[in-house]
Amino acid sequence: MRHLIDPLDFGMQETEAVLDLADRIAANQDAYIDAAKNRKLATLFYEPSTRTRLSFEAAMLNLGGKTLGFPAADVSSASKGETIADTIRVVGRYVDIVAMRHPKEGAPLRASMFSPVPVINAGDGGHNHPSQTLIDLDTIRQRKGRLHHLTIGFCGDLKFGRPVHSLTKILTRYEGNKYVFISPEELKIPKYLEEDFLAPSHAEWYETQDLEDILPKLDVLYMTRVQKERFFNEEDYIRLKDTYTLTEDKLESAKHDMPVLHPLPRVGEISMDVDDDPRAAYFDQVQNGIFVRMALIMALLGICDPVMGKEVLLHEC
Amino acid sequence: MNVDSIQNGIVIDHITEGMGLRLYQMLELDKGEKSGSVALLQSLKSGKYGRKDLIKIEGEAIPPRISILGYIDPQITVNMIRDGRIIRKESTVLPKRLVNVIRCTNPRCITSTEAGCDHIFNLTHSGRYRCIYCNAEFHSAASK
Ligand SMILES: [Zn+2]
Repeated sequence: MRHLIDPLDFGMQETEAVLDLADRIAANQDAYIDAAKNRKLATLFYEPSTRTRLSFEAAMLNLGGKTLGFPAADVSSASKGETIADTIRVVGRYVDIVAMRHPKEGAPLRASMFSPVPVINAGDGGHNHPSQTLIDLDTIRQRKGRLHHLTIGFCGDLKFGRPVHSLTKILTRYEGNKYVFISPEELKIPKYLEEDFLAPSHAEWYETQDLEDILPKLDVLYMTRVQKERFFNEEDYIRLKDTYTLTEDKLESAKHDMPVLHPLPRVGEISMDVDDDPRAAYFDQVQNGIFVRMALIMALLGICDPVMGKEVLLHEC
Repeated sequence: MNVDSIQNGIVIDHITEGMGLRLYQMLELDKGEKSGSVALLQSLKSGKYGRKDLIKIEGEAIPPRISILGYIDPQITVNMIRDGRIIRKESTVLPKRLVNVIRCTNPRCITSTEAGCDHIFNLTHSGRYRCIYCNAEFHSAASK
């Protein structure tokens, strides 16, 4: 049985097979309305994340399946003292697949070790959120037509920004990508990302503090939240905030086909005037999110693609 | 001092003096079925290291946790003995995975709250150990 806990759990081909399926779903949604008929998804959200939960539930409903879950407020009573291992052994008997969000890092991995059904990590603390990573990949592929030989700029809080770490890891599987990490000194990417991923893959990367300077060279720009509480003092925050805010003016110097991604919600890193720019891709990401999650559910459940007549991961129909 | 040399078994040699008992416990030699006798020798004279500890395990079974030796003390050597002769002399290597040898101290990690959760670490490219749950790197300040 397969799970999706870490963005690297699927091989390159598997990952692209899921993205291909997401694209086929997007092109022909009607063909998939019964794909997961009579299947049930449990959304086990131990912390509130309405956006992610609704996205998973909408994905399952679009496939003709059903969903059940508990509102985050009830978590403490629903699971008082019970281990993740026990909860999943119980819930896994009610449903066919589980999407789990948990404030503790590694909780979904723990669940997958005991689960009788596939588990999707829907975010574990500040750690992994692999379906978000697949959505980012899907959006880049849509806009650029490829995932290799790209110069990708990551801007903002690169130290704590989980989506940046995950996307970087998965992109290092592809040839010829270059990485530009744009952040204030105190929010640079963690060392392990260099030592365990960038260096072993012989990737080219460099770090800078200046977004405007580098903008004309980028093929893709990934913006992240810069949160006030990450800074040591208010002055630094106010000084740096504007440097890492993308405006329509700044975009002037960027390539005309450079998509701007952001995992959302934003807190002012992208000014509203960018929203109407054709390069703004962050609302595409939301739409792609549904299709990618539909594809993911089908892949993990081993459901035949009604259009292609075969399963997406590993097995033949 | 001398303990009878063994015909078949394993001699774990060059253990840092004073570490023998901890190793004995970590290898869980005090648990499970014993196929032969086990001897822990402490503070033996050794030309190379001054004094050392040594463990002799009689029998053909290899302790399942033997691979953790490389993590605990890289200067240890493991001698396999068959019919009274050393057939293999191995320096230890860092094991790929450590189960309940070191503990994750990240308060945001599931290991901090989940009852009965093994602490499992994998060896990375850069020769460090990371918790499989939270990927936190283990800093061995406490163990050295
Ligand atoms: Zn941990």
